[in-house]
Amino acid sequence: MMTRILTLLAALLLLALPPMATAQDGPLRIEITEGVIEPLPFAVPDFVAGDAASAEMSRNIARVIAADLVGTGLFREISQDAFISRVTSFSSPVQFADWKAINAQALITGAVDVDSTGKVVVRFRVWDVFAGKELENGLQLVGTTDGWRRIAHKVADQVYSRITGEGGYFDSRVVFVAETGPKGQRAKRLAIMDYDGANVKYLTDSANIVLAPRFSPTGDRILYTSYETGFPRVYLLDVASVSRRELENQVGTMSFAPRFSPDGRTVVYSLITGGNTDIYRMDIGSGASARLTSAPSIETAPSYSPDGSQIVFESDRSGSNHLYVMPAGGGEARRISSGKGQYGTPVWSPRGDYIAFTKQSKGRFHIGVMRTDGSEERLLTASFLDEGPTWAPNGRVIMFTRETQGAQGQARLYSVDITGRNLRQVSTATGASDPSWSPLQ
Amino acid sequence: MENTFIERGRTMKLMQKALILGAVLALAACTNPDRFDDTNNVDLNNGAGMAGSASDPTSPAYFQQTVGDRVLFPVNQHTLTAQAQQTLNGQANWLLTNTDYDALIEGHADERGTREYNVALGARRANSVHEYLISQGVPANRLRVVSYGKERPVEICSDEGCYAQNRRAVTVISIGPGV
Repeated sequence: MMTRILTLLAALLLLALPPMATAQDGPLRIEITEGVIEPLPFAVPDFVAGDAASAEMSRNIARVIAADLVGTGLFREISQDAFISRVTSFSSPVQFADWKAINAQALITGAVDVDSTGKVVVRFRVWDVFAGKELENGLQLVGTTDGWRRIAHKVADQVYSRITGEGGYFDSRVVFVAETGPKGQRAKRLAIMDYDGANVKYLTDSANIVLAPRFSPTGDRILYTSYETGFPRVYLLDVASVSRRELENQVGTMSFAPRFSPDGRTVVYSLITGGNTDIYRMDIGSGASARLTSAPSIETAPSYSPDGSQIVFESDRSGSNHLYVMPAGGGEARRISSGKGQYGTPVWSPRGDYIAFTKQSKGRFHIGVMRTDGSEERLLTASFLDEGPTWAPNGRVIMFTRETQGAQGQARLYSVDITGRNLRQVSTATGASDPSWSPLQ
Repeated sequence: MENTFIERGRTMKLMQKALILGAVLALAACTNPDRFDDTNNVDLNNGAGMAGSASDPTSPAYFQQTVGDRVLFPVNQHTLTAQAQQTLNGQANWLLTNTDYDALIEGHADERGTREYNVALGARRANSVHEYLISQGVPANRLRVVSYGKERPVEICSDEGCYAQNRRAVTVISIGPGV
């Protein structure tokens, strides 16, 4: 088990982390260079229900945990049909031999009880079957009956974290644009959902075009662009109350492409005056704004570094579209992208190690990542139209928009590892675009 | 209803003008439910909502069909071609003659670019038309500019024939605020 777990960990490290980390795990790289990245087999029996009323929830929680883990591409679930042992009590000793026999390297056991106040209490343990011991300590999570999916995601985050050494990302949400109607007349609504597509809630109606929502660093507010006034303008929406206000309303201007600063107090965005697009920032509290770029070229799609000291953005000042980094207060920018093609929509990873971007090259669109100095550019996807990456809270998975070609073309959300593996469509009831991933809740 | 539009130019009564626009808006509402929030605007962009007769040179329909309401741009460009300038000369003349009307200039891009860049590019295109019309004497206070980026393609296929039609700036006629 540990070998397998470490192999998995090393796989992540080798492909995704700074060289320092891979050096520490040097010996395990042998298996990886041989391409041995086999998903780790795990078993998750239905959690033990405290009473008959919580039996369904106990089953559902186990299913969500399994779906979270399988969805990473790093784990493989062993079917419950293969189980030899039945787990009927959370406190009974684990029959390791029975789980070894079906090659379950990790085992997740748990119990669900509803206490006298109606709260759901979930306890769980993660077992290293082949070592015959628990992987870290059992945990207890308390939530509401309605919030059972969140509890399941939190358990899965713990399992993922303990086995990979990376932060989790399952207990998170995505705000996006839900799309319906024909291509020439697309109706767009802001919507919010769990990262896995569950619990969709609409935040606006389809009366006006809305574009590119962005979560605040605490996930409680959303910035987006709406054509509510007939012109694109930046709005700020409170998620809990769904109340919104126009942020930027200078007459005769248009504003778009907003993003929060890491402290959530400042918005950086593009403002168009006299046909020219530049980058501005605004203090949300006071409404005071300042211009950060001043060039006749297009400067847009700004994104802060996680420490708030720098801004990466897109500009066509060189004659084609490239990515630039400038100090957060404005000033001289240095170009970081150097390849052929058009680069756009850069987004700084929450870990600070990479910048994700859209690249248009030879008639195809790609989602890619590069180091913050522009080195080690790596394209993760290719299609007719991929754009608008957003980072999972752990900085290891990217979600983006993929639009298909032609009159019947439709936009959908996809996710991909920063290794380029595990490309998956995110389940949405309608067309969907412009995702923004929340922090862990 | 066509008979309402026989009257010409400045003699046209405000009520009748409002009727034309009302008809346009009603049609626009059928085909274009969420195109504009500002109900002052007239949507002639998709060829729907023909108000009045195109043979009446003071009608928005004449502006759209005969003068030509749009100019096209090459990939990633916003400079006006000679043909575009000719169309815009006609637009400027019409606007200078029909002073009760204002115009909203919409800039658009094809789908081969990111959403953000296309909003900025659409704004450049709309601004090129804006500046040209002003240079031809149209008062700036009668013109407004909006960019739709790639959000409202007029052609929806994914080849150059469609893209060329989508890289456009469209001058949309509306009743002036002073009327």
